[in-house]
Amino acid sequence: MKSLLEVRDLRVYYHTPRGPVKAVEGLNFALQARERFSLVGESGSGKSTVALSLLRLIKPPGRIESGEVWLDGVNVLALDAEQMRQLRLAQMALISQGAMNSLNPVMRIKPQIVDGIQSHGVQMSRREWDGRVGELLQQVGLQGEVADMFPHQLSGGMKQRVCIAIAISLRPKVIIADEPTSALDVVVQRQVMETLRRVQEDLGASVILIGHDMGLMAQFADRVGVMYAGRLVEEGYVGDIFTQPQHPYSRLLMTSLPSLEKKGVFRGIPGFPPSLLNPAPGCAFHPRCPYALDRCAGEDPALRIVGPKHRVACHLLEERGEATP
Amino acid sequence: MTTLLGARQVTKIFGRGLLKKQRTIALEDFSLSIGSGQPMITSVVGESGSGKTTMARLLLGLESPTLGDVLYKGRDLRRLSPTEWRAFRRDVQAIFQDPFEVYNPFYKVDHVLTVPIAKFHLANSPGESRALMEKALQAVGLRSEETLGRYPHQLSGGQRQRVMVARALLVKPQLIIADEPVSMIDASLRATVLADLRQLNEEFGISFIYITHDVTTAYQISSNVIVLYSGSIMEAGDVELVIKQPQHPYTKLLVSSIPLPDPHHRWSDELPAPAFRERAGDNGGCKFASRCPYVTSGCRQKAPPLFQIDPHRAAACYLYQAHPLVQTEEMDKIFVQRRASDTGQPVAGGSLVEAG
Repeated sequence: MKSLLEVRDLRVYYHTPRGPVKAVEGLNFALQARERFSLVGESGSGKSTVALSLLRLIKPPGRIESGEVWLDGVNVLALDAEQMRQLRLAQMALISQGAMNSLNPVMRIKPQIVDGIQSHGVQMSRREWDGRVGELLQQVGLQGEVADMFPHQLSGGMKQRVCIAIAISLRPKVIIADEPTSALDVVVQRQVMETLRRVQEDLGASVILIGHDMGLMAQFADRVGVMYAGRLVEEGYVGDIFTQPQHPYSRLLMTSLPSLEKKGVFRGIPGFPPSLLNPAPGCAFHPRCPYALDRCAGEDPALRIVGPKHRVACHLLEERGEATP
Repeated sequence: MTTLLGARQVTKIFGRGLLKKQRTIALEDFSLSIGSGQPMITSVVGESGSGKTTMARLLLGLESPTLGDVLYKGRDLRRLSPTEWRAFRRDVQAIFQDPFEVYNPFYKVDHVLTVPIAKFHLANSPGESRALMEKALQAVGLRSEETLGRYPHQLSGGQRQRVMVARALLVKPQLIIADEPVSMIDASLRATVLADLRQLNEEFGISFIYITHDVTTAYQISSNVIVLYSGSIMEAGDVELVIKQPQHPYTKLLVSSIPLPDPHHRWSDELPAPAFRERAGDNGGCKFASRCPYVTSGCRQKAPPLFQIDPHRAAACYLYQAHPLVQTEEMDKIFVQRRASDTGQPVAGGSLVEAG
């Protein structure tokens, strides 16, 4: 089956006086149509850089060094600026972290929704606009009167839903949501995530959900990719990742999560988070890995297949003969 | 044994505007007492705007209550003598949310440890001071040679927060008030800081007030929990009861909204329709009335008092008005005297009233 979105060997560096910070280092993944894919990682794992790179919103000193991003047969990284502008929102839309704070405080909600649609050349009569905006607000579970309100009259969850309404206004094929609920309380978070899931299903769009909250990923995603130091260390179906994680990092991360099921000893992952400026040679996780082999310090492991749609980058599995290239 | 620190029917109102017309009730009729028994970890759980940080600031003497008193060993915080105030500062320590902001980037990490040693005259020589620092760092699982002499930016968030725990430990406090100590730390390091807190409680006999929005960590670490909503106590008592079998409609909603890291237990579909106005006005009724599926007209008129549903749990909800009343200042009597790690067994509850 042909993928809707394919990222090949993406490298994004931030150039600092002390040398390049390798935020994304050789990332590969594919997204199918109507799929909910999660990229999960801790701070500094490069997950937000991926979100911005897909839409080419990386600003200097950041730069996309190499790689390809194929969306429906088009290499996004090869488009010119005007083609790229046309593609954003219409084909691929972003709901960024704290998107609700990006609403203009002195503008009512309706013109803010209209603005994005108009910039893609859509012309309508005033009555048609009212209808279109009302429809979009209804899709995200808001009442029509919100259109004439200012952002400060809305709660955080409502503002975030307005941002979802803007993101889906041109029926994009891919919605990228970067920590869309990180500033919200759990009850509101659940309402916003369920809104996102519903509009995604209505539209038949795919979603890339980026975040650090493993719980949220388990609730929302079909497939999960675990990032560490700018690389994908494991990817697979959400059930496999949570019940049989194979990479030592994913495994330790899972056991460090507090749950309501069992009370026990807390187990964190010892050691330092990785340095992206002076990355450890070989596998980025080897300095913290309790199972590290000699070759882990010298050789960067490639992603290898360990099960149906389940890929892991670890020498250990290879040594045990459980992985195939 | 006397109570170390207590809040007695504390209300804090912030005024805004000319003549303070716009009033925000940050905390209402809140009582808590700490240190009259075994050292315990008590959690205060609430969403943003629930008044949990205001409560911490009141208990630390950083704010004065509008009504009610905060008492240190039976003495009003506002009337402490300088000597008593020093003793209070030593007995009650704080750990704050942001392990990035509390450090001065121009000083080495050592600075946050040497200052309390100097202020409280804990050491007589540089060698003694160094030994104290090393011991405190060791207690939180940090190697002093990897920590001392470094600048804050050279440590991870988890390590910085552990240094703050070590600092609190240096002065041998009896109570540590920790306001969201792990919310800014990555998942893989969060567990280590929580383990530290629990160890300090068990090995050094330090009581904790653990303030958080994260119900899961509260359940893991504490014996008793107080659930706040919009400045009022909704439900309080044994974590095994309050979090595992919540009875108050708000606690039920809160617990059912936790995204569990288990793809086989996804959110159930029934969720009350999102309220248009998500926060209730200040009209004297139950704060949760506008979002509550079981709301009656009585709820909007007068806020419900706490009813004791089980021997170790109380809830402020008229659904349970057949049960005996609990005065808020007696709430600590319903708390369990059992550490979180002592047992994984849920305590058998009394007759639970089914809501609905």
